[in-house]
Amino acid sequence: MTFLSTIKAAALSAAMIVSVALPAAHADEQYFPLQSYRVGPYAAGGTGFFGGFIDYLNLINIRDGGVNGVKLTWDECETQYEVERGVECYERQKSHAGAAAWNPLSVGIAYAMIDRITADKVPLITVNHGRTDSTDGRVFPYVFPLLLNPYSETSGIVNYIASKEGGIDKLKGKKIVVLYHGSPYGKETIPIYELLAQKYGFTVQQIEVPHPGNEQQSQWLTIRRAKPDFVVLRGWGVMNPVALKTAVKVGYPVDHIVGNVWSNSEEDVIPAGDAAKGYTAITTQASGNSYPVVQEIVKTVYDAGKGNLEDKSRIGSVYHNLGIVNGILNVEAIRVAQEKFGHRTLTGDEVRWGFEHLKLDPAKVEALGAKDLFHSINVSWDNHEGEGYVTFQQWDGKKWNVVSDWIAPDWALLRPIIEKSAEAYAAEKGIKLRTADDADAVTTN
Amino acid sequence: MTAITSDFSSAPVLPKWVVPVLLLAFAYGVVPLIGSSYLFEAILLPFLALSLAGVGLNILTGYAGQVSLGSAAFMAAGAFAAYNFNLRIEGLPLIGSIFLAGIVAAAIGIAFGLPSLRLKGFYLAVSTLAAQFFVQWALTKFSWFSNNSASGVMDAPRLSISGFALDGAIGRYLFALTIVSVLTFLAHRLVSSQTGRNFIAIRDNETAARIIGIPVLKTKLLAFAISSFIIGVAGVIWAFAYLRTVEPDGFDLDRSFQILFIIIIGGLASIRGAFFGAALIVVFPLVLSRLGGFLLGDLFDSGVLDMSQRIVLGALIILFLILEPDGLVALWDRIRRRLLFAWQST
Repeated sequence: MTFLSTIKAAALSAAMIVSVALPAAHADEQYFPLQSYRVGPYAAGGTGFFGGFIDYLNLINIRDGGVNGVKLTWDECETQYEVERGVECYERQKSHAGAAAWNPLSVGIAYAMIDRITADKVPLITVNHGRTDSTDGRVFPYVFPLLLNPYSETSGIVNYIASKEGGIDKLKGKKIVVLYHGSPYGKETIPIYELLAQKYGFTVQQIEVPHPGNEQQSQWLTIRRAKPDFVVLRGWGVMNPVALKTAVKVGYPVDHIVGNVWSNSEEDVIPAGDAAKGYTAITTQASGNSYPVVQEIVKTVYDAGKGNLEDKSRIGSVYHNLGIVNGILNVEAIRVAQEKFGHRTLTGDEVRWGFEHLKLDPAKVEALGAKDLFHSINVSWDNHEGEGYVTFQQWDGKKWNVVSDWIAPDWALLRPIIEKSAEAYAAEKGIKLRTADDADAVTTN
Repeated sequence: MTAITSDFSSAPVLPKWVVPVLLLAFAYGVVPLIGSSYLFEAILLPFLALSLAGVGLNILTGYAGQVSLGSAAFMAAGAFAAYNFNLRIEGLPLIGSIFLAGIVAAAIGIAFGLPSLRLKGFYLAVSTLAAQFFVQWALTKFSWFSNNSASGVMDAPRLSISGFALDGAIGRYLFALTIVSVLTFLAHRLVSSQTGRNFIAIRDNETAARIIGIPVLKTKLLAFAISSFIIGVAGVIWAFAYLRTVEPDGFDLDRSFQILFIIIIGGLASIRGAFFGAALIVVFPLVLSRLGGFLLGDLFDSGVLDMSQRIVLGALIILFLILEPDGLVALWDRIRRRLLFAWQST
């Protein structure tokens, strides 16, 4: 009989848990459709980034019970970084109510989604990447290349090279090779390098590495012949370690290779072994797990067995931290919008308003436990990037060490180019330029 | 190679045109009323585009016996040509640019079909790979093709026919359906014409075909041209109606293989086979993935699920091919004959 009574007790307690849990299920929820990729050539980036993003959402749910009581939910749809899979996922996930924002982490998928999300009025976040001219909120109301668009990144890298050479005027006559990934993402910066080369008087040679980039012998032989002063590595996934290894093979010094923001992770340098020692790369968010927010994730999420990364040694890696920063930006945008529209499930358009008023100064960043993890952000209705700062880190064979201060890209120089490109797009598509008043008109249901 | 009998052995009870007409009536009359946007955007549009590409490749490979691995290149050529005609020729109606895009794809098809005069089988397949790499390289290398777009990705123009906008999911579906129906009908007429019989003659025995007076050179190039035309138009549907962006990376070697698998699994030398094959290749993975996500989504992450779906899909394809090497069309016909037989004997 004891057995039966045990079962009975268990059933009773289960019923009680269900009855307690039920009202919670009816509470307000905000949903994140995650078009993630955990298989394929870019799985390292996908698992790290989405792992960090999910870990942060989990932290908010467990520690704070959601954002002002609104629980965060999400589900994943595998894209393998392929455009048509991303589109299928979009169509699949958009029927879910209460979508806050899309974060596909793929330029190709983001491009295919611009018309769709604009019609559906849900923001599309392309943190640290994306289509540069979507920075112009007058033309792209729902697209946010947060923290760092590709042009700002380019400007940051060129300024860093200038500082290594002893000043921006020393760039004259120098030669820079850009080795870029053969994808929409890789090609995005071709015109801006040409333009900066003209402006500062250096020569630039841009060489494509076909996707996925696991064979680069001929490209690096070309580089050896060209004898550039610096090589900018604009890679992604497996292309990066292969580039570093091939550079050693052809005898190009690794400390003259500067990685861009998608060539800056542990997964890019560890497989290259010793070849990566001394390699420098740009970043918007430092790596390491000493930051309070990362510590809280370890304590609250991982110690409760709810962590998303299978390999715990990746906690605090570059991609994981980027996912956490992306989580902070998304959650804070919801918080901003909730203060305006109420503590409830928000519409996509309300979240868009939240992103357009997302202002995190260094003090606020510190309050969020992310001091030195990233610098600050200041998004407005017409500047969807938000003036993120960059820093440079060098790989010593075991970990990344920060080797520069927080640097501001040359926004004043870039803004007219971005506006010109966005206006051309608007003219081609027959889009009327948005004004500040239009930005304040929000669809609330 | 498969015999073409399957196309001529339809059921004795109904005239041949009844089933296609009923299907079309359903596709035009019922589907737009009941379908959700997911059905159009994620299932029917890629299904229609890939089916049409399969029809095109089947003319070349199934009927004329020339193996090609360049299908995605012809799709890309079609998509980019339509984009450029639309962009650069003021006042050209959309249908006009699509037709011209097909012509461009056909011209490229003829150029890369020339080796078929000397090469056969695997050797020809390898030489059509050249088309695959060359077209993709040219589209990436010369930014003129993408209107000097920074990232190489362009937005497809809005679809409209004589001022009537087809931007919604249903509009784009009807647009794609119409083009696919017309071209499929023409392809069906073609393969039962003298030209179609010439294709088959060359496939089955080139020397014999030459002896009975079929102009082998002309016929082979014609097969390349017609096939590439259809595949080019399929590329336009893929880019303009389905993805709504045009970028060279979407038309890589994987896409070529996908189309080849569609006709092998669906049934070589059968117009219907392309539709069966496309249904399996497009729809089945989605069903599996949604089922997997629904049943096991809480237990495993999406990466594990995706990997296991691939295993299941691969195993099923092997199973299908063992059960019926002539493709799904033959399987379908066999089932139908059995059912009819059972029905008649009662």
